[in-house]
Amino acid sequence: MTESTTHETTPVLPLPAHLALGAAVGGGVLAAASAAMSWTWTPDFPGDLTYYGSPAGLQWLALVGGALTALLALAARGLKGLRWLSPSGSGNGVLFAALGTFAVCWYAVVAIAVELDGLVNLDPGGWLAAVGSLLAVLGALGLPLDRRRTVRHPELHWGLYAALAVSAVLRLGLGQGWALHAVPPGIRPLFTENLWFFVALPVAIALFRLWRLLDGWLRIGRIERPLPAARALPGWAEILVVTAVFAVGLGVVEFGVSTEYGELFVGFLLLTAFATAALLASGAVGRLRELTARHRAVTTGAAFAAAGAFPFTQSSETYVLIGTNILIFATVALGLNVVVGLAGLLDLGYVAFLGVGAYAAALVSGSRFSVFRDLHLPFPVAVLIGAAAALVFGVVIGAPTLRLRGDYLAIVTLGFGEIFRIAMNNLDGTSGPSLTNGPNGIAAIPDVNLFGFDFGEAHDFGLLHLGKNGNYLLLMLVATAVVVTVFARVANSRIGRAWVAIREDETAAEAMGINGFRVKLIAFALGATLAGLAGAVQAHVSGAVSPDQYLFSSPTPPNSAFLLAAVILGGMGTISGPLVGAALLFLIPAKLEFLQSYQLLAFGVALILLMRFRPEGLIAGRRQQLEFHDVQLPAQAAPADDVPTKAGA
Amino acid sequence: MSTVTTETRTPAAEPVLEASGVVMRFGGLTAVNDVDLTVRQGEIVGLIGPNGAGKTTFFNCLTGLYVPTEGTVKYKGTVLPPKPHLVTQAGIARTFQNIRLFANMTALENVLVGRHTRTKEGLFSAILRGPGYRRAEAESRERARELLEFCGLGAKADHLARNLPYGEQRKLEIARALASDPGLLLLDEPTAGMNPQETRAAEELVFAIRDLGVAVLVIEHDMKFIFNLCDRTAVLVQGKKIVEGDRETVQNDERVVTAYLGAPLEGTTAAQEDGQ
Ligand SMILES: Nc1ncnc2c1ncn2[C@@H]1O[C@H](COP(=O)(O)OP(=O)(O)O)[C@@H](O)[C@H]1O
Ligand SMILES: [Mg+2]
Repeated sequence: MTESTTHETTPVLPLPAHLALGAAVGGGVLAAASAAMSWTWTPDFPGDLTYYGSPAGLQWLALVGGALTALLALAARGLKGLRWLSPSGSGNGVLFAALGTFAVCWYAVVAIAVELDGLVNLDPGGWLAAVGSLLAVLGALGLPLDRRRTVRHPELHWGLYAALAVSAVLRLGLGQGWALHAVPPGIRPLFTENLWFFVALPVAIALFRLWRLLDGWLRIGRIERPLPAARALPGWAEILVVTAVFAVGLGVVEFGVSTEYGELFVGFLLLTAFATAALLASGAVGRLRELTARHRAVTTGAAFAAAGAFPFTQSSETYVLIGTNILIFATVALGLNVVVGLAGLLDLGYVAFLGVGAYAAALVSGSRFSVFRDLHLPFPVAVLIGAAAALVFGVVIGAPTLRLRGDYLAIVTLGFGEIFRIAMNNLDGTSGPSLTNGPNGIAAIPDVNLFGFDFGEAHDFGLLHLGKNGNYLLLMLVATAVVVTVFARVANSRIGRAWVAIREDETAAEAMGINGFRVKLIAFALGATLAGLAGAVQAHVSGAVSPDQYLFSSPTPPNSAFLLAAVILGGMGTISGPLVGAALLFLIPAKLEFLQSYQLLAFGVALILLMRFRPEGLIAGRRQQLEFHDVQLPAQAAPADDVPTKAGA
Repeated sequence: MSTVTTETRTPAAEPVLEASGVVMRFGGLTAVNDVDLTVRQGEIVGLIGPNGAGKTTFFNCLTGLYVPTEGTVKYKGTVLPPKPHLVTQAGIARTFQNIRLFANMTALENVLVGRHTRTKEGLFSAILRGPGYRRAEAESRERARELLEFCGLGAKADHLARNLPYGEQRKLEIARALASDPGLLLLDEPTAGMNPQETRAAEELVFAIRDLGVAVLVIEHDMKFIFNLCDRTAVLVQGKKIVEGDRETVQNDERVVTAYLGAPLEGTTAAQEDGQ
């Protein structure tokens, strides 16, 4: 038992210890076992869950979740041979795993009941999954859990009650018509057509209230436990573990990318999120981090090998194309992370630099729609031209703007993004000089041919098959590797430290001898160059460029808003953060078609929740972790009377 | 208007800093009014005065954070350009009255940032990581660790600056300033918020810095600290330098006494009691 003034280790439900453990393990096993049974009798539900003995779709998730719960419960208990799974021994890992299983099973059961109209559509397997996962959660709640002693904000703010009352009255009044007289006729449709809002608001408040109640009851917290020293493994075994973990990671990503229907993807997201939380709490992730820190090169190699293996494991070209597009998006997001995450410069038009690179490369690609149609430069030269063009634009935009402090850069880059798009639309020979073929863009960019390897054709290497999209995925992976290398090396260098210093306190940084303008311009220009490089590759991968690919905001990534969101969601200043953020932001809209019109709303809600619960992003660097969650603030007692600003100079 | 100036050091020592006729106006307010000040090699000079006297503003004029309305500032004979980073490059380093560390960087990283002007590695060498780059980076780290050690923060290298106790944050600011190999160090109230032991340690630190060959100009409210430390002290009241000289000159000056609310200098008696 770990005791401290702020946290305690106690169960939520007062169950006898062996009963709680039994329920957690048994529930997990039952949920896992249900995967081998039929959940519903008709094949109408996507994925066809009607078979005995062969799991499908959501059942696989129940199997994994249930097994993980049972194993974690045994590992947390200290079962020999499983300790590696739960080095911290915290019960929270079991609870999260159980909650993940519960979420998947109940989501599936409810979806079956709703979509097929009624509980009668459930087979015994479905019932078993529901009961088993519930049992696992109850059992986990009876285990000793790490909990806060204090209840945070037990009261709901009165303002929310007021909002609730107002919206209820408005809903009633608008529905019955009498409240309409209070609304000016001009904006009446705004109210009558959006009645849902007045329902959604109370629902949101109720959910919020429910969450507070639940949180006050559970008081789940995090106790930083020192992990016991790991059993020493020989070097090769450690490397083997790292490799195996990445192989599993590849499997997980592959499952997510190739989910065929929305329900499965939702289940996948739920389980991955909870399982990650579970492994974090159990200390398995911490242990893995120790390993990867010891074997940097192997880790990076394994990560890229896993990404490179992806196209070989896919039989469908569409999924490979998704993988390629994720890589494009992720690479650009990482480039933006130099500008936003390290130097703290808000660039709202980053996608324009991607566009500059793509257009520059497309113009010299030998496409018959290019004004220089006879000019067919080799691919590497085209990439360099794309990067150089973006660099020039970066300097031209940055040089006048970065001299100023404040938010000018955000406004100027936002404007530049729009100007770029409009200029590309207008340079069509009628509205302006002929360069870009206007809204039609430059299509039919010839396939890349490097050293006789034609990227446009499928290739076979013995048993391995690589299609056109696979070729381009590997090509894009090289670009990603370049950006990752640049980021990793620069972030931890004299110039990278200067960026962070500028971000932290520009005045102090200048007083330490840093030429703020120069250093910021370097960051901005480097960001632009990396985007240009990615853009040049992107133009060849997608085979066409057009102005509407480079918007500030659109439902499909990459656009400037999504890029920024990927960086913030994933974790500013880290390498894996934007990669993960980009993957999620690409997959979620692509997979959840039913979100369509509510996508931006959902996106906004997700960002708000993230800022509330994990402001450092999904993946936090050591620095961000401390930045946002460390409560040990030193006294800042000195009178603040010497804050010079440029205004005073 | 006459200012009493008593040179205690041998006048032969080279001047490091020569500020002449520095005026800083903010609209109608003249925060610094025609101040002359010279700091010579190997000296520790104090700058005292009531709150709002313009001491910090004077520092900001010296370091290029403010462009003085009138007057010139020379460092080792050359007029300083009014840009903070160029001033630091020339050889003047400073700390801030309200600590301005890079809060989310480690102590070591803070000091490494201080080395910025004395290192050259740019973007390309960082990307290529050649042997020259690695050597320079290793040397920087070595030097930064030395400085942390020197300021008594050897064990705190990997702590985030924001998590250090207040006194250590002040020390870290000094280590960071020293990292630029300055010829003159400006300290703005280095002991504000420190307890007596910490103040004593800070005194030792300032002496040690002087022994490194760095001239020091220090703003302070703690009279005991100032008179223990400084070869010379200048008094600033309402933007004007009214007195400059050694301990006796300053303590016995009527205008100084009146400036401090007509009461005898707070802390002087204490200083005499246990200092002698
Ligand atoms: N940027 C500024 N704009 C306007 N007034 C300022 C500015 N900086 C300082 N002052 C004023 O100058 C005077 C001197 O301030 P300061 O130098 O901070 O005094 P201190 O001697 O306590 O360090 C104060 O009256 C302050 O309000
Ligand atoms: Mg001051």
